[in-house]
Amino acid sequence: MPNRVAIVGTGQTHHCTRRLDVNGVELIYEAVGRALEDAELKMKDIDGVIIGNMDHFEGINYVDCWSIDGSGGFGKPTMKLTTGGTTGSTLAIAGYHMVASGMFDKLMVIGWEKNSESDTTGAITTAFDPIWDRLVFAGAISGLAVEASVYMATFGVTERDAARVTVRDRRHACLNPYAHLRKEVTIEEVMNSPRLSDPLKLLDLCPRTDGACAVIFASEHVAEKICPKPAWVLGTANRHLYTYLGDTDFVNLPSLRRASQELYSKTGIREPLKQIDVMELYLPYSFAGLSWIEALGLCKPGEAPRLLWDGVTDLGGELPINPSGGVISCNPIGATGLIRCAEAALQIMGKADKRQVPDVKIALSTGFGGCFWSDILLYGAKKPQ
Amino acid sequence: MAAEKQELLVIQSGDKEQPFRYAVGRYGSKFFMELRDHKKLLGIRCPKCGKVYVPPRQVCGPCFERMVELVEVGPEGTLVGYTILRFHFVDPETGQPKPVPYGYGFIRLDGADNAFQHFIEIRDESKIRVGARMRAVFNEERKGNLADIRHFEVIG
Repeated sequence: MPNRVAIVGTGQTHHCTRRLDVNGVELIYEAVGRALEDAELKMKDIDGVIIGNMDHFEGINYVDCWSIDGSGGFGKPTMKLTTGGTTGSTLAIAGYHMVASGMFDKLMVIGWEKNSESDTTGAITTAFDPIWDRLVFAGAISGLAVEASVYMATFGVTERDAARVTVRDRRHACLNPYAHLRKEVTIEEVMNSPRLSDPLKLLDLCPRTDGACAVIFASEHVAEKICPKPAWVLGTANRHLYTYLGDTDFVNLPSLRRASQELYSKTGIREPLKQIDVMELYLPYSFAGLSWIEALGLCKPGEAPRLLWDGVTDLGGELPINPSGGVISCNPIGATGLIRCAEAALQIMGKADKRQVPDVKIALSTGFGGCFWSDILLYGAKKPQ
Repeated sequence: MAAEKQELLVIQSGDKEQPFRYAVGRYGSKFFMELRDHKKLLGIRCPKCGKVYVPPRQVCGPCFERMVELVEVGPEGTLVGYTILRFHFVDPETGQPKPVPYGYGFIRLDGADNAFQHFIEIRDESKIRVGARMRAVFNEERKGNLADIRHFEVIG
């Protein structure tokens, strides 16, 4: 039996377009310091570090070694982990695995990115196959635009339906002091923003952000001593299915559908819409807020627009999604999946301030990346059996 | 620290290139030679699940099975999904701006089970829709790479 594992502290930078006042190591240091402060721990209490980003954004390899001054990894087992866009959520899953193994009691997990230091679209393209994918591919935007074209054609969903997702996330972001874009937008503003890649417009898409996030995972022997109300990890699942983009099935993100089915069956979730209190989802663009919540089983395929327009996923609704403002409001890529994890944990801990959903008992977070991959984690207020 | 006005510097990396030399493999090479010499497109069939993949590669990922049976596919097919790129961006392979707008789509070639991505011809945008029948248009001068296909165009 694995040890039970809980999140006992989180820390984030105030994410923004460009942090010229700090280099990458100093940005990491800021998030780690805040996580330690949150958990009331010192770096000497931590017995291991895992860190991740997408190294081609900064062009710095061996980030685990390079960042050691800021990560606190001096003299401790330290390793790097990178899985593209899913990096942050894979870090969280790996942190859970390492502490559950019984070999680590207090583990520092760090995700970070300085997207301002390179051309994001160019760098993302280099994550794809050089012979078969790069000639025609145009970074994350083109792949997501194709997914949207298929989703619209299959279910008759409209660009206005998708705009409602941006409106929700940007409204929520105004309540989160750490979010990058903290300004509300209207449906009309989304619809009238510049067309980048049909059917996607500027405001359908996430920004590029500088930021870091750190999360402390602790074993069941120490978690409640550190934190009176820790966020217990109830289960994780992931699917990294494809090498080539052409092998992808573009309808309802099969990787997320399959990962969530595994997670629900492991944790006894039968009606996610009713049983889960809040979700922090890696939705890098508006249409994902429709198609991918169908993949998560919140409604039947093609029915998500109704949930959005009825306010079911707004703060105050039956199942609030992205109280933090989500990825459309903030995207330091290697940190993004871990920010979802930190925000879900804050909801369980009751520390989410103005963006707090009342009485959260079960929370879910996801990660998305690369060739339509998915990571997913479930958290609970009650120590698992 | 008091907020003092201070200039914050950025250091530019050098402008030298670091070119790579990627092996295409046996099947990929065969695909490009058939394309160059005969304007034919090749896929490969998994002996376990029976799926035909384009481009041909050695392993079927879901079955983790070695594939050997090359089969001809296309050059016609059906448009699975597409976009028209309108934003300016730099191609990291060439360092040059991409010629926007351009069409980009996934075509399920006749005889294949997955989709093949390439440029799509966008002179008449009204004809481009999911489910449209498409055909490959080949360049007159072919060098044995993916650009030997100029683009796919809507039939009719």
